[in-house]
Amino acid sequence: MKLKLKIWKQGDAHSRGSFVTYDLDGVAPEMSFIEMLTYLNETLIGKGEEPVTFEHDCHEGICGSCGMYINGYPHGPVKGLTTCLLSMRNFKDGETIVIEPWRAKPFPVIKDLMVDRNALDKIQQAGGFISVTTGAAPEANTIPVNKKNSDLAFDASVCIGCGACVAACKNASAMLFVSAKISQYALLPQGRPEGKERVRAMIAEMDRQGFGSCSNTGACEAQCPKQIKLFNIARLNREYYKAF
Amino acid sequence: MITLDSKIPEGPLEEKWTRYKANAKLVSPANKKKLDIIVVGTGISGAPAASALGEMGYNVKVFCYQDTPRRAHSVAAQGGINAAKNYKNDGDSVYHLFYDVIKGGDFRAREANVYRIAEVSNQIIDHFTAIGVPFAREYGGTLTTRSFGGVQVSRTFYSRGQTGQQVLLGAYSSLVRQIKEGTVTMYPRREMLDLVVVDGKARGIVVRNLITGEIERHSAHAVVLATGGYGTIYYLSTLAVNSNASAAWNAYKRGAAFANPSFVQIHPSSVPQMNEFQSKLTLMSESLRNDGRVWVPKTKGDSRPPNEIPEEDRDYYLERRYPAFGNLVPRDVASRAAKERCDAGYGVGPTGLAVNLDFRDAIKKQGQKAIEEKYGNLFDMYKDITGIDSYTEPMRIYPAGHYTMGGLWVNYDLMTTIPGLFAVGESNFSDHGANRLGASSLMQGAGDGYFILPYTISNYLASEIKTPRINTDTAEFQEAETRSAEKIKRLLSIRGKQTATTFHKKLGKIMWDHCGMTRNEKGLTEAIGLIRELREEFWKDLNVPGRADELNQELEKAGRVADFLELGELMMTDALNRRESCGAHFREESQTPDHEALRNDDEYAYVAVWEYNGDEPPVLHKEELKFEFVELKQRSYK
Ligand SMILES: Cc1cc2nc3c(=O)[nH]c(=O)nc-3n(C[C@H](O)[C@H](O)[C@H](O)COP(=O)(O)OP(=O)(O)OC[C@H]3O[C@@H](n4cnc5c(N)ncnc54)[C@H](O)[C@@H]3O)c2cc1C
Ligand code: FES
Repeated sequence: MKLKLKIWKQGDAHSRGSFVTYDLDGVAPEMSFIEMLTYLNETLIGKGEEPVTFEHDCHEGICGSCGMYINGYPHGPVKGLTTCLLSMRNFKDGETIVIEPWRAKPFPVIKDLMVDRNALDKIQQAGGFISVTTGAAPEANTIPVNKKNSDLAFDASVCIGCGACVAACKNASAMLFVSAKISQYALLPQGRPEGKERVRAMIAEMDRQGFGSCSNTGACEAQCPKQIKLFNIARLNREYYKAF
Repeated sequence: MITLDSKIPEGPLEEKWTRYKANAKLVSPANKKKLDIIVVGTGISGAPAASALGEMGYNVKVFCYQDTPRRAHSVAAQGGINAAKNYKNDGDSVYHLFYDVIKGGDFRAREANVYRIAEVSNQIIDHFTAIGVPFAREYGGTLTTRSFGGVQVSRTFYSRGQTGQQVLLGAYSSLVRQIKEGTVTMYPRREMLDLVVVDGKARGIVVRNLITGEIERHSAHAVVLATGGYGTIYYLSTLAVNSNASAAWNAYKRGAAFANPSFVQIHPSSVPQMNEFQSKLTLMSESLRNDGRVWVPKTKGDSRPPNEIPEEDRDYYLERRYPAFGNLVPRDVASRAAKERCDAGYGVGPTGLAVNLDFRDAIKKQGQKAIEEKYGNLFDMYKDITGIDSYTEPMRIYPAGHYTMGGLWVNYDLMTTIPGLFAVGESNFSDHGANRLGASSLMQGAGDGYFILPYTISNYLASEIKTPRINTDTAEFQEAETRSAEKIKRLLSIRGKQTATTFHKKLGKIMWDHCGMTRNEKGLTEAIGLIRELREEFWKDLNVPGRADELNQELEKAGRVADFLELGELMMTDALNRRESCGAHFREESQTPDHEALRNDDEYAYVAVWEYNGDEPPVLHKEELKFEFVELKQRSYK
């Protein structure tokens, strides 16, 4: 396959970026999107040009490192996939692909396609935990958990913290991210004791980090590579109202 | 010259750890605040270590090269985590777990360490459950388990096919809680380049800030490496692509001995390689072998689609060769059996380097929904990568480099041969002998970090309470910094023609061909020559663009490949030294008439411990393994 790649290049957070167009020949349909970009970089280095900076690690859709807009969609046009699992079979020979970093105020660009997502750690740090000191846990089966709730908690806990939900939202809201964590703990008896403090602290931190508010467009759910559901946001809102 | 003292406590196996704890020295809360500990790594060993030490009141500094601790490679573990809870009432016990790990490791691990990890395994499950890890449950609300390769009980706790993610995110949540408390300071996007040793003790590290390129000095009273395994030396492996050996390797060059470097587990089930651009072999969890049956056609070159090959033309070779364990034989056995079939010409798929893993019978019996419930995400991932729907057609799988049992040598305290330098998780060698059983690594990492290191490091630090905060403005720190800066300068000054990735691929091929599933004298000897040549070529023809004082991903890769090029030779040397087959280490010269691994306990019941010796060949030390509580047996899964 032959592709035209329009890629955002930016030196650092302070410099102005712009699109650079690369022609890339010899792309195989079974490459992943990340492998295609790696292949691009190998050719660029060969020609003495600067490679494109982007993040990736697990190549299994689980670490949340990778992430970029591909033709305007976070993680590309296929539902439920991270960039690293997106196969080039989904593109046509001769196609032009536009590739950009996440665009959201709380995620400043570090270089090219790499952004700083530390704000998500800060939100989790505010209250995304259950305060049990090592050694203090009771025997695991002393806390029975309804299987349905446990499964729902799991469904919420699969969030990989990639930031696609924020990137997809016109308000750059992190509500889906926060709601996933809140839901996981709200659905488990272990999470109840700190429920109120947790939701207040995480929402306050989300605001402090400059994420926007939720206007229920559902773009986050549509772009979430782990298909985390919008009803988690409804649960978050309920938890939040109950917390005062 | 180092001397090895494994410091195994006296007494019966079941009492060793209890006695150790009873005699271990304690540090008062007031003194803990004055003691600094560096933890490098935030995976399933590092994050627990850091949070537990922070909770105790030590002043902890944690490092990782990712942007956030939550992305450590452990996040990708799939199948589960073992514990001896006996929730299935199938006769399990701490002793059985211990015995399975010792036997699975083909009697090349230390009894006392293995017993201890089995002993703490139940606490790990309690802790993870208490902090909200959603392990799979029964309808009655209690936790459930599944069985995993190489054992006959069901003791593996899991969260669908993404257990690693769930336990790591649990550990991460405890870690951020301590960051909030102020007991732990997090330094992400830092790569440890060197260890600083002052007066014979580990006192700090030198790291590169991956955003600015700046080299930073960090000091502590003790340093803990939780830096993971080095399976990425094969280039193609199941590990996250940035995983590397550099931290452990540079500690080795500062005097920490390296144990059993050639013991690498090749996992039997990964998605086979499809083309030369591939950067990663995606793992298909071992748990799939609970329900999937492995087979190849009975006739060579049978090109019919798998579903059209009738039962009588299929060779379920694992069930045929190992009737007692069938598809659940340990990984090393399953990998070699797949290689044997493929080498003999029975492999399937476009390259012939694959075997079928078929769920037809399981789906017929349990229904698609049950299979989906257990493995849904794995089936999805397989389909995303290959385009094949394994609910209707068998998966194709092939072995891939997966886990390194070898690592930094540690004593019972988890301390390396450098006082004050500890190693936990996959970065140490301690518990898995010559082969690791499935779901035992998360157990070992979390056990080391939460429940073992906190005691042993305190025992060490109790004699450091009078040592003031370590000054970084000293000759030793300067020296380490200069060494690192010079290496970077050298990498950048070559400006040759080949990229770091090109060299990595070449090295990977040498390692796979000569130090993979089977090894022999001739191949290993040749490979040492090949690696030396490649290393020379690397330092003459490497092309790293960009500068040192900026974000430079090619430079990061080049530094890691430079270290792999040295480690590769040590792996070959170790494999050459061990003229026996044991666990994952299969020397062709040492096999039974029916091609099973043949151990040689008289000559090789030891841990091979290598000491760095500058430009001279490394020095071999032997830690003799004494088996007081189990009887050495040839493993048989037939
Ligand atoms: C695909 C896959 C599936 C697996 N499934 C299972 C399973 O189901 N059950 C099981 O028990 N085991 C499983 N394993 C094995 C298990 O996941 C690993 O052995 C384990 O997670 C290793 O944890 P760790 O803490 O030792 O290191 P890692 O998780 O590898 O973490 C290493 C850490 O060290 C840091 N680091 C490394 N070098 C440096 C440096 N130079 N400077 C700064 N930081 C550094 C990294 O940033 C990272 O934070 C699996 C492995 C793979 C590859
Ligand atoms: S590289 Fe890990 S999710 Fe894509």
